Amino acid sequence: MKEKIKFSNIIYHIIMILFCFLMLYPVLWMFFSSFKPNEDIFATAHKLIPDKWTIENYISGWKGFGGVSFDVFFKNSFLYSGIGTIGTVVSSVLVAYGFARVKFKGRDFWFTCMILTMMLPVQVVMIPQFIMFHKLDWVNSFKPLIVPTFTAGPFFVFLIMQFIRGIPIELDEAAKIDGCSKYGIFFRVILPLVTPAIVTTTIFSFYWKWDDFLGPLLYLSKPRLYTMSIALKVFNDSTTTTNWGGLLAMSTLSIIPALVIFFIFQDYLVEGIATTGIKG
Amino acid sequence: MKKIFQKTKNNHKIKPSIPLQDNENVVGYTFIAPWLIGFFIFTVYPILYSFYLSFTDYNILSSPKFIGLENYKEMFVSDPLYWKSVKATFYYVFTAVPLRLIFALIVALLLCRETKGIGIYRSALYIPSLIGGSVAVAVMWRRIFEAEGILNSTLALFGIESNIAWLGHPTYTIWTIIILGAWQFGSPMLIFLSGLKQIPNTYYESAVIDGAGWFKRFFHITLPLLTPIIFFNLVMQLISGFMIFTQGLIITGGGPLNTTLFYALYLYRNAFQFGKMGYGCAMAWVMLVVIGLFTLVLFKTSKYWVHYEAEEG
Repeated sequence: MKEKIKFSNIIYHIIMILFCFLMLYPVLWMFFSSFKPNEDIFATAHKLIPDKWTIENYISGWKGFGGVSFDVFFKNSFLYSGIGTIGTVVSSVLVAYGFARVKFKGRDFWFTCMILTMMLPVQVVMIPQFIMFHKLDWVNSFKPLIVPTFTAGPFFVFLIMQFIRGIPIELDEAAKIDGCSKYGIFFRVILPLVTPAIVTTTIFSFYWKWDDFLGPLLYLSKPRLYTMSIALKVFNDSTTTTNWGGLLAMSTLSIIPALVIFFIFQDYLVEGIATTGIKG
Repeated sequence: MKKIFQKTKNNHKIKPSIPLQDNENVVGYTFIAPWLIGFFIFTVYPILYSFYLSFTDYNILSSPKFIGLENYKEMFVSDPLYWKSVKATFYYVFTAVPLRLIFALIVALLLCRETKGIGIYRSALYIPSLIGGSVAVAVMWRRIFEAEGILNSTLALFGIESNIAWLGHPTYTIWTIIILGAWQFGSPMLIFLSGLKQIPNTYYESAVIDGAGWFKRFFHITLPLLTPIIFFNLVMQLISGFMIFTQGLIITGGGPLNTTLFYALYLYRNAFQFGKMGYGCAMAWVMLVVIGLFTLVLFKTSKYWVHYEAEEG
């Protein structure tokens, strides 16, 4: 009996390893191909491991295009994702506390409104928002991308609310008896306890902004303002037949921040997805 | 606890000098203010303005010209590309979303056991979902399906000579994007997995005693108990499926013969490349109504197929 279990276990692991390999093959291919000499990439497309290793692609790709190199694009992506994430986290925690712990008039109504906006296709508000920012003369700056992040993300509010609901209400009451106002309870009781939810929000928010394509596409049309996603798109358009290696190298670099954060914080992420159904 | 509470209440009555009770209304609106302000400026106002613009001819340079229902008429009657975009989008949604969910469920079932290394598999299989929506992956995806890409040269290894230009074929091309969609099964997989773990083991044990085989257990225990999660995943994936954009723009550019001209892509082109903002708004409103209808139908029919444990007692 025991032998049999062990045997089926081995089969299970073999199947899973093969399956993982197959699913990750495209990513692995991109990674290894970025170290192949440019002319070999398609000639040896069927091979995963390069015959000759080179970092030439990273050097040539980093130079970028239009006189702007990839350090600028990286910086822009970090700027947008970083400040945008701060905005999202700060505002979402405040709003989540308001909805979860304060009984004010109209709470249910506004909460329903917020949930409904989660289902709103961005296309409906995209054009008027663009017109609005165009009139403010904010196009070709990071303002249209960053300012709205300070108005909280419904998904994150929901995630943090779920977390706050798990904190015993007795803690609030005890603090109240000790003379804490609602603001005091927020800063001294709730805020220190929601750290895990804040970490999850930070990670997801960072990802989404790092990957955001439509926003930068609409508002950033000068090469020195490009984020990674737009830079790769333009690089892809302009590289009709030339620098594949550079393109793959820069694509590989662009997904590294996401992967690094994922491996450090994966438990938070899995938890976050499982409790709210957020998409990654 | 109650006693303490009453005491403080009494104290409060006797000594009104104790710090004032918070006015919950003021506090509440203070805390939700960031969202509420944003809701009016970035959601309510744009929705209403978009509705108005859908009845106008507007190119952002001159002022909007009211043209009544002309945009809607053009869309439904005289714009063949509009219908192509509708067809491409429905085709994508009705293939990629079910494929992604079925795939997610199968993988979740595979991962739902206690052995060493399960965490590694779970993380590895989530990676496609993590990065799959990015431009980097879209760029790489092109390389897979090009005439001299990975797919054809790998097929050649197995002796299958294929010169098919997967990205230039009116039937196959959309499938390259559908496969990319199905590949990003990570999030629904994790949600299914957490649902599977909540099914009490005793259900299965008693089913085994009653002689139920694997299939019976799956269709009579697992699937019914998962329906709330299937429902949730279906709604979320359907909504995001209708909004497919990046992949169409980067992998195929809408081609060949507009077979991958997704709705959101065509809308974007109208509004921001052809200067037809009014037309774009009209398209967006139709999209909103269609997504709303789909969601409504799902919610209405959910009582026939979604099992909530509370109801069953």
